[in-house]
Parts: sequence; C-alpha cells; structure tokens
Amino acid sequence: MDRIPILKVGDCLLVTIQVDMHDRLAMTLQEDLTNQIARHASKGVLIDISSLEIVDSFIGRMLANIASMSRVLDAQTVLTGMQPAVAITLVELGMTLPGIRTALNVERGLELLREHIEQQQGSVDLDEDDAAEV
Amino acid sequence: MPPKCETHPIRTSEDVVRVRQVARAWATELKLSLVEQTKLVTATSELARNTLEHGGGGEMTIEFVENGIKRGVKLTFTDHGKGIADINLALRDGYTTGSGMGLGLSGSKRLVSEFDIKSEPGHGTTVSIVRWK
Amino acid sequence: MSSFHEVVQKQESVILSGWLSEVATTTRRADLMSDSQFKQQATELLRLFTEASQTSGHVSSEAFSGARDFLKDLARSRMNDGYTAAETAMFVLSLKQPVANALRDAYKNDPARLVDEIWTAGTVLDKLAMLTVDAAIEFREQVITRQQEEMLELSTPVVKLWDGILALPLIGTLDSARTQVVMESLLSTIVETNSRVAIIDITGVPTVDTLVAQHLIKTITAARLMGADCYLSGIRPAIAQTIVHLGIDLADITTKAKLSDAFALALTRLGKTVVSLKSIKTGRQEKAVDNFAQTKDT
Repeated sequence: MDRIPILKVGDCLLVTIQVDMHDRLAMTLQEDLTNQIARHASKGVLIDISSLEIVDSFIGRMLANIASMSRVLDAQTVLTGMQPAVAITLVELGMTLPGIRTALNVERGLELLREHIEQQQGSVDLDEDDAAEV
Repeated sequence: MPPKCETHPIRTSEDVVRVRQVARAWATELKLSLVEQTKLVTATSELARNTLEHGGGGEMTIEFVENGIKRGVKLTFTDHGKGIADINLALRDGYTTGSGMGLGLSGSKRLVSEFDIKSEPGHGTTVSIVRWK
Repeated sequence: MSSFHEVVQKQESVILSGWLSEVATTTRRADLMSDSQFKQQATELLRLFTEASQTSGHVSSEAFSGARDFLKDLARSRMNDGYTAAETAMFVLSLKQPVANALRDAYKNDPARLVDEIWTAGTVLDKLAMLTVDAAIEFREQVITRQQEEMLELSTPVVKLWDGILALPLIGTLDSARTQVVMESLLSTIVETNSRVAIIDITGVPTVDTLVAQHLIKTITAARLMGADCYLSGIRPAIAQTIVHLGIDLADITTKAKLSDAFALALTRLGKTVVSLKSIKTGRQEKAVDNFAQTKDT
C-alpha cells in the first residue's frame, strides 16, 4: 500500500490509518490531506487510529501538523479511537497533543464535527451514506 | 527456541518499520504486558529513527538477558555518525537539533527499565535499552 | 571422563533400595505421599540420572534436559502437596550416600579414583538438588504474584454510574504498582463501555504524594487522548493543602469536592439532566389539553 485512502463524507474528510506507516507514507498522507481539504473546502477532518498499535513522536508530530494545517484552512480535526496502551505511552513520552480534539470512536467523532460545523455555518452536509473516496 | 542474539540493519525508513516488528515479536516472546510491549516498541521506533536520521544509518542488536531470576530483552542501537557533543543537553525534554519536538531520546528513557548512551563527536553513538519482565 | 555412571547403572536396584531406606529416616513425609508414588518418582529420577550421566557430566547440557524437566515438575508438585523446599532438595541429596556406597565397593582398591568419582557424582547431584530449590522458589513466587494480582483487582473496581459515565472510587493508599494497574483498568473499561466521562474519586485515599499525583495526572491525560473526560472528586481539605504545598499543578483538570457534584457535571457534559417524574406528568397533562399547540423541543 503506497497511499492511505481518504474518504469524502459531505463536508468532511475521513482517514483510517491501519498500517504500520513508514515515514514517507506518513509525509504523503500529510500532503494528500492538506491538498484535499483545500480542494474540497472541507470543514472537518476525522483521523481514526483505532488500528494503530504504535504511535511514536514522529507520527504524533504528523498528527499535530495535520491539525495545525487544517486549522489554517478553516477545518477542524478530530482524532478517534486511540488505544489505551498507545495513550499511556504517548503520555509517558511527554507528547500530549494539546489542541487536538479527540473522540472515542468514529461515530462520536463525526458528531463532534457536525456540531462544530453547524455552529460555524448554521448547516452541515454530513450524510454518511454518501461517502466516496477522493 | 529463539536465537540468542540478532542484528538488523537500519539504513532505510522501511528498516525502522522492520525493527519495530522485530522488537514486538521479541517482547511477545518474553510475555510482556501489552502496555510494556507498546512502550518498548515505541522506544525502539524513536531510537531507530535517531540512528537513521542523526546517525546516518547503523544497526540494531537484540538479545534476551538475565539477571538472577529476572529475564529481559536488550536492544542496542549503533551508528557511526557525527556523535552527540553534549549528551545531557540532548537528554533534556524538548531539545532538538531539527524541526520537531525532540522527545525521542529523553522520552525513550522513560519507556524502558534501563537506558544507556555513549557518544563521541565524530565517532558515532551507541544507545542500549533494557526492559525487564 | 568419569565412569561413575557405569557403576550406578550396574548397581541401579541396590542404589534405589539404599536411597529409599535413607530417605525413610529423614524426609519421607509419608503423610503427604503414598509409598508407590514415592518409589515411582525415585525410580524415574535414578533412571534419568544414570542415562544422562552416560553422555555428560554437566547438568546444564542437553543430555540432562530430561532430568531437569522432571525435577522442575517434581519440585512443583511436591510444593503443591505440602513439602518444604528443603525436604524436596534432601530427596535428591540423599541419593549421594547410596551412590557413594556403590562406588566404594567398585573402587576399593583405588582410593584416588574413588575420591574423584565420589566428588564428580556428588557435584552432579548437588546441582540437581539446587534445581529443585530454584523451581520450588519460582513456584512460591508465582503463587504470591497471582494473589497480589487478585488483591489488586478486588481493590480497584470501575463502576458504571450511567450510560457513558464511569466512576473509579479509590480506597486505601496508592503505591506506584497499584496506580498503574488502576490506570490501565480504567482506560480499558472506558473503551469497553464507550464512556465519555470517568470520575476518579479519592475520598478513601488518606494521603497523596507527588508520585501518586503524577500518576493520576497521567491517567487523566491519557483518557483525554482517547476521547474521554476525567474528573477528580473527593478531594479532602488536607489533600488539597498537600497538593498546593507540593507545588503540583492540576491546571486543566476538573476537580470537585464531592462525587455527586462530579456526577452532575458529567450528566451536563453528556447533554442530560435529571427531572422529577411529577414535572413530566404535569407536562403530559398540559399537552393533552392543548392539542393543536406546537410541541416544544425539550
């Protein structure tokens, strides 16, 4: 797998990271996401890491970067599904990812994004049945 | 019975992924808890990346160790790069020579039972970590 | 190469009966084991010892792996039956006398050789006896560890207060090991129950030191990374003083004096509230009267 798929769900982009990423793949994801947010004027980005068993400082930085860049492009990022062992390790590493919203799972994450977008613009297009890969 | 000692090259970013998986396999063999495994593999990732990016590439040696009735796994990361001029500075949280948060070295120390680092400017760096069961 | 094994092989049955009578006077513990079972174990061990000694004089070698495994199992089952580690070791060591007797007869004309063979055979048996002691100790430690784990589990229950709200009432002193178990238990329960709020109540904790506070802060931070909020409740004035005194920064951690306050806050966080049944009934009556009025969103 040389590219992580990004799904467009209405106003949001959805990414599920399932593989043990090597650095190049992570950088490609960062670029791809930024491009897609700009292209579709997305209002929200949901990154699901429920399958990730390891998150080191490099991946942590990547996630923080994605959140910062999205913010600049007027999109909110939510990180979902972090495993307990990963959370404990990140805290021990000293990486607390301040400023990144988190949710237990994709469902809750989309809810959060929905609320945020509704607040921002009064309406939101987030029909999950219309998800399509970009 | 698993081999007593293995050495793996760290020359590409795929190697970093590979040594992570090796560390995971050995941690499982040692029957470490999930959290202890995660911490060890994460520390491996940090140190392997350091070896690649700051050391210009090197290798990782992994072996089981014993101390009386204690059993553990030891990983040693060696490179022949520039070396670290001020180790104490490098071990401080937040210190970095490039872009990023620089938590690799200091953070890894907190994830393992024992941590040792030797470095000489111009002669490279050797970091070894041990996780006891 | 020693040849004590040749003598032992030839005199196997003599040595066996010599061994059994030797043990009968010391560590037999007939109350713990039947005669037949005891004889069976002795016979098997002697056979393994004789066989292995044909090939090697080193207890750690491949030749002795059968003997090592047998002794490990023997030690465990003996400990389980109620023998002490010493009694189990003596079982092996008391084989030395009958072996020495057989060797004396075989080498009676060669004292120097006799001494060598007795020493070599004795060393092997000493090492085998040490193995039983190690195995016995390991067995005891496993029992202790298991009991410790059970105790820890009992003393750190995570309870569900409501859909999506967990409580962790901590009782007693918190040490590093316990707090770690607590942390992991809480976080995995959060995932299992899909709970967005967890309340850690320390009413039952007499003292909090820097280390414990750090562990609690780490737990709360980890929960947040996973997507759950953590509140700290039950902070008694004495503990509040200690926290300030130690310079511990609880900056962005929500704290409440009482568990009930934390619970109320958790409900609000989840967009829920508690209403009395009476007010609901009244509401229904009003709607029944006013059929054509717009239903207000509650």
